[in-house]
Formats: sequence, structure tokens, C-alpha cells
Amino acid sequence: MGYLSTHKITKLFRIRGGVHPHDCKTLSANQAIEDLPMPALLHIPLQQHIGAAAKPAVQRGDHVLKGQLLANSQGMISAPVHAPTSGRVVGVGHYPAHHASGLSVHTITLQPDGKDEWIALNPPADPFTLDPAEIATRVAAAGIVGLGGATFPSAVKLNLRNRYKLHTLVINGAECEPYLTCDDRLMREYSANTIDGIRIMAYALGVENIVIGIENNKPEAQAAMREAATAFPNIQVVGLPMRYPMGSEKHLVQTLTGKETPARGLTADIGIVVHNPATALAVRDALREGKPLVSRVMTVSGGAIHKPRNLRVLLGTKVQDVIDYCEGFNVEPTRLISGGPMMGNVLPDTRVPTVKGCNGILALTTKEVSENQESPCIRCASCVQACPCGLLPLEMAANARAGNLDAVTKLGLMDCIACGSCSYVCPAHIPLVQYFNYAKGELANRQRAKHKQDETKRLIEQRAARMEALERAKKEMMERRKREAAAKKAAAAAKQAQEANA
Amino acid sequence: MSMISSPHTHSGKSVQLTMLWVMLALAPATVFGLYLFGWPAISLFLITVLSCLLAEAIALKIMGKPIGKYLFDGSAILTGWLLAMSLPPSAPWWIGVLGAFLAIIVGKQVFGGIGQNLFNPAMVARVALLISFPLEMTTWVTADGVSGATPLGHIRTETGQGHTLSSLADSLPSVSDMGLGMIGGSMGETSAVLLLLGGLFLLWKHIITWHIPVSMIGTLLLLAGIMHAISPEVYPGMEVHLLAGATLLGAFFIATDLVTSPVSPTGQLVFGAGCGLLVYVIRTWAGYPEGMAFAVLLMNALTPLIDHYFRPRIYGRDRKGEPLNYASEEGK
Repeated sequence: MGYLSTHKITKLFRIRGGVHPHDCKTLSANQAIEDLPMPALLHIPLQQHIGAAAKPAVQRGDHVLKGQLLANSQGMISAPVHAPTSGRVVGVGHYPAHHASGLSVHTITLQPDGKDEWIALNPPADPFTLDPAEIATRVAAAGIVGLGGATFPSAVKLNLRNRYKLHTLVINGAECEPYLTCDDRLMREYSANTIDGIRIMAYALGVENIVIGIENNKPEAQAAMREAATAFPNIQVVGLPMRYPMGSEKHLVQTLTGKETPARGLTADIGIVVHNPATALAVRDALREGKPLVSRVMTVSGGAIHKPRNLRVLLGTKVQDVIDYCEGFNVEPTRLISGGPMMGNVLPDTRVPTVKGCNGILALTTKEVSENQESPCIRCASCVQACPCGLLPLEMAANARAGNLDAVTKLGLMDCIACGSCSYVCPAHIPLVQYFNYAKGELANRQRAKHKQDETKRLIEQRAARMEALERAKKEMMERRKREAAAKKAAAAAKQAQEANA
Repeated sequence: MSMISSPHTHSGKSVQLTMLWVMLALAPATVFGLYLFGWPAISLFLITVLSCLLAEAIALKIMGKPIGKYLFDGSAILTGWLLAMSLPPSAPWWIGVLGAFLAIIVGKQVFGGIGQNLFNPAMVARVALLISFPLEMTTWVTADGVSGATPLGHIRTETGQGHTLSSLADSLPSVSDMGLGMIGGSMGETSAVLLLLGGLFLLWKHIITWHIPVSMIGTLLLLAGIMHAISPEVYPGMEVHLLAGATLLGAFFIATDLVTSPVSPTGQLVFGAGCGLLVYVIRTWAGYPEGMAFAVLLMNALTPLIDHYFRPRIYGRDRKGEPLNYASEEGK
């Protein structure tokens, strides 16, 4: 067990493949985090996380305070949603989603009253005296999800101690996506609070050892975090080589430990839980100040943005408001993206609200996107060299294209992390990730269909068994009655005979 | 707004650029060859390349594919270029034309065009020409215009007749002549130094990886070294195999052809070793002293099989594809 449980990290391990995109971070890296002015309206979607959508707890017309619960989490994997500011609920309905489809989703619309008045907060006196389970409960109640973009409910990850033997908390400060600088700024400007949050998380997880990994293109963040962590010998800040996708948690853990996370498993399988620094800061705010997650820091950048910035934005603020604060577009952007350019999603327009998982809004020019017509594969194997997961993207794409889903699955479709390294290097501009997303979708559909079929089959079989049991019971009952009747008859006859004899 | 998938940025690599880098890498050896062999070589080179473009245009037209998109993607020019490099510089013009049509139509377009061909088109054409026109395809001139056999051909003929290598010493070029390219041979294969330079350039530009050249040359030299040590009078040494014939052209430019070589690093090592082995066997014991084209084509045929059996290990899985299991490891 445990490279990390006993040893400091003295050596890093090489990951397979990867690419070196231009990081383009200088556009926004020197912009200190600013608060976005209060927008006129907030559109707060009820699903800003992986799992079940939250259920509204307010009605149209209600007046709410900042931090008040707007919608309750539903089920094991879910997260509640809170009011980002004080104001009036002017709508509980539908609004275009923060998603490429632009489909309408359940959304609560809030009209700020401008007072930004907090609800009564009741933080614990000292989080380190709480039961670790209580910390997870409070993190869940604060609506905190993975702010690196994955948006997995953080409390579920903090509870992993119940099922796994953990030894290390790794903080993923790689921020390997080009353009994004929000974690960089956050670690520079809020290093002490972030470290505090990290320590609370480690306490909740029951681990002693903490490793903070930061890519070497962020020396200021490394220095700030080191400085803030000097008092804690169990915290180690490690400089990571610049190589995309260093921020993929499984690859980050491999870089630090040399160990691969088993396929279909979690890093917890090798005793490690990974969290993002912004999540740690949110945990700190929840446990020290009792504040739920109502805002987040994001990078607004790209060649088409007039003044790239790092902004703290209330959740539910329209993308348009964020862009307006950055003085709009230089040129009409070719693509508007939520997240980084390697794994981010296209936004349909600027009306959509910002959400918990949105770490960046990028407006990219034609030159930056370098879109090009797809041409046939020349089997150059650049994608094979770039794939950090050891897959054969060219063969997977060929099979996906031919509709040969079984072959794609066998080639490791579900081991693909959709990092985009293959598409990035492909000289034929084949949209490999798009093929894989399509295949993953088809596979999910097929599994759903199969599940439905199995369920139907099970129900039919159950019904048949039930009917048969009923039939059998009926028969038995009839037979028993017959027997009873016969016995009665016999008894009566015997009685008669007796009487006659008498 | 269409549903565009990530990533939203690109390295800037393109098929055209890839082909361009390969041509640039070939340029020094080519220019040297053209200078060495003069006008006949220059005209043969131009005829071959232009015929390839013509054949490509005709094929695209017939297949109803957009000519503008495909004709100048560089692949047809490169095929013509490599074919010209592998022809005897004194070959008649129609060899170039016929070779070009064989390469583009039989070698490439019948398979479905760029990226679809199983065999290296230039080598398909070269072998077809060699078998059909053995005289034209084996008439070599040296730099000074005297006709004669290539060093490998000479050795093969003489040792075949029972002569020892030491008795040939006077009639063989020196190592420095072979290195620089002052010998007979195909137009582009003669200058080992310039080919090596081009190969290193391709490695530097990440167009090819080291696997095929290293395993191919390594295998060839290993065999040459062993056989030479066993019987130095019959089997020429490593320097002859490295510098004469198409070894370097083959190792850096022909065997590494992207379309027809395996995609995984292990597969490439196997492929290269196979090429090296076959080159040695064909040069030493088969009927053709210049065995590169045959060796590469035979290994091309095995590429799908190699690709099937030599896949990279998937992250988080063992070689068999099962998820890693640390628990069982610790239990042992």
C-alpha cells in the first residue's frame, strides 16, 4: 500500500501521450478576480450538477434572502440550489440551458432587490471538532459540486472514506486547459482560505497526507500555496510538468504516484481522492461562514473578448452580462464556449445562464478555432501517440463511423476520457471526439433499451409466475374443497350408516 | 448553431503540411541525385511526378471526387517523387509514365484513394516495372556515366559465381563513396548522408517516430554482422548493407510510409524488424540484389495483422484488457 501514505513525493512519473497546446493564459492571468456587478435578473437552473435535478422549494412571488434554499436535492447523487442574492422569485419555469442544445430546462428566475442580504448563517464553531460525516452533510447542504467542471456532488466524494481505504487527498490545481486562469488566480489570491478548505476536506476524508499539484506555468500560484501551507508539514505542493491532460484526475494521480487507476474504477481504489481548489474554497466558506455555493470564479477570455478577465459571478447570471462587463466582443466570435477549448461545450447563445460547473467563458475567433474540412485518415498514428489512455482513436472512429458499436466498445470506448488530444493533433481534422461521443450516446441508448427489455421480460415472467401460482392455488383450493366435501359426505354416510345400525 | 464537439482548437497540423515536410526532407538527396545523374534524371523525375498528378486527376474524375480537394493534398506528388527516386536514372521516359499510372491507379485509387491503400504505391509500381521490364529496370549508370551494376548487384553476381569478397575489393566503391553517394543505383538512394539528414529532419518534425528506422536498420545490420563474422568472404559487412542499396531511403522514407505501416509503437518495431530481415534475406539469397521494395511490400501485407495483435495497453487495464487489480497483487 501507499507510496503516499508514508513518503513525500520526490519523483514524478510520466504519463502516456498528451499534447502541448498553446496555453494562451497570458490573456487573463494577470487580471485579479473581480466581482461582477449585480445583474438585473438571475436564471438559476435546477440541475447544475451530475445526478438528479433539484426540486423547487419556493413559489413564484416569494421573497428570498441570499443563500436561502431555492430547490432541494433529490436522491443520493444530487445537489440543492440556493438563492445567489436577495430578491423576488419571478418565475419557476423553463429557460434555455447552459448546454449546446439550448433546450429549455427547469429554472427559477430571481429578480435581485439590490440589498444582497444574507439569510441567517450558522457556521459551526470549529469544523475540526465536528464528526467527519457532519462535514459531508454540511457540504451537501451547501450545494457544493466539483467546481473543476465535473460538477459531481462533492459530499458524495467526501463520504468515500466509508467504502475505501484512503490515505491521500490530492488537490488538482493543474488547470491544464488553455486560456483558463480562474484556479490560478484563486490559488494566488485566496491561498490561505483555500488551504483551510483543503484541510477541512482532508479531515472529512480522514486522511493525513495532502498533495497539491500545480502545473509549472503557474509559479505564482505554486509560491502562494507553498507559503500558505508552511505551517502544515502534511501538505506538499508539487510542480507538475505542462502537458495536457495533466488535469485528468486519473492522469494526475499517475503522475504523482506512478499508479494507474483501474479501468472503470475510482482513484479511491488506490487510496486517493482528488478535489479542485475552487471546491476547497467553497467548502471553507460553507464550514467557516455557513455560506452555501451561490457564486463562482470564472475566466472570460478568448481572442474575441475585448478585455479578458477573471470574475466572481453569481450563479444564474446571463453569459451576456458577463461578456458585457468584459466590454463585449472585438470581433464576432466563431465559437462561444463554456469551459476550456479542449473539453468545453459550445454555448448556443449569450442568453444562457452561468452555472456551477462553468469555469470559463471563451469567445474564440476563426483563427483560434482553426476549423477545417475533414479529410480521409492517412493512418499517421498521431492520435495513437497523443492518446493518454493507450487507445487507437483512428480505429475507434472508423468503427464508430461504420456503426460497428461492438467493435468500438471492444477497442476501449468507455476508457476514453474525451480529452480531445487525438482530435487536436489529427492532420486530417477528423472530429474523433465527436465520433466517440456519438458512440457513447448510442451505447447508452442501447443499454437503456436493453434494460427496458430486461425489465419488461422480468415483469412478464413475474406476471406469468404470479398467474401460475394463482391458478395453482385455485386448483388446490378446489381440490381441497372437493376433498372436504367428499370427507363430509363420507362422514355423513358413515353417520347415517351408524345411525341405521343403531 | 450546429452541435460541434470539443476540442475547439487545433495543433495546426494538416495532411498537406505533413506531405510537404516529407518532400522537404527528401529534397537534399533528390537534388544531389539530379545533379549526379544530370538531364536524363531530371526529365525522368519531372515526367514521373507530373504523370502521377495526371493519373490522380483522372482517377478522381472517374470516381466523382472533388479534384480541387484531393489533387494537391501532396500525396500524389510524393508518390511520384518516391517512385522517381527508386528508378534507375537512365530509364526511358515511358517507364516513368507507366510507373506513375501503376502507382496511383493500381497502388492507391483502386483501394479507395488516400489512406485506404494496403501497399506502398510507389513500391507497387517499382516491383511491377521490375518484373515486367527487367532490362530497363536494372541498367544502372554510375555518376561518371559508365554503365555497370550497383555495388549490391555486383557482389551478388560475383559471390554467386564463387568469387570471394576480398577478390572484389578493387571493383567495389569505397565506404566514403557509398556514404556520399558517388555510386550507381536508383536516382535518390545513393547519398546515404543526405538521406540520413532527411530522416533526422522527419524525426525532429515528429512526422515519423524512431521505431521503424531503428528496428529495421538494427535488424539488417545485426544479420549482416553475424553472417559476415561467420563467413567474411561470402557475406559483405555491415557498412555495405547500411550504405549501399536503398537501406536508408527505405528505412526513413518508404517503410515509414504512414498509410501502410502499423500504428502502435510495438507494431512498428515488429514491422521494422520484419523489413530488415526480409531485406537481408532477399539481398543475400533471393534473385533480386536490391530487395527493399519486395521487403516493404511483404511487410505491408502483414500490417493489418500486426495492427490487430500489437495494440497499446489501455490505461487502467492489463495487457489482456482486464481492469488492473491491486488487491490481488497485494494478496500475492
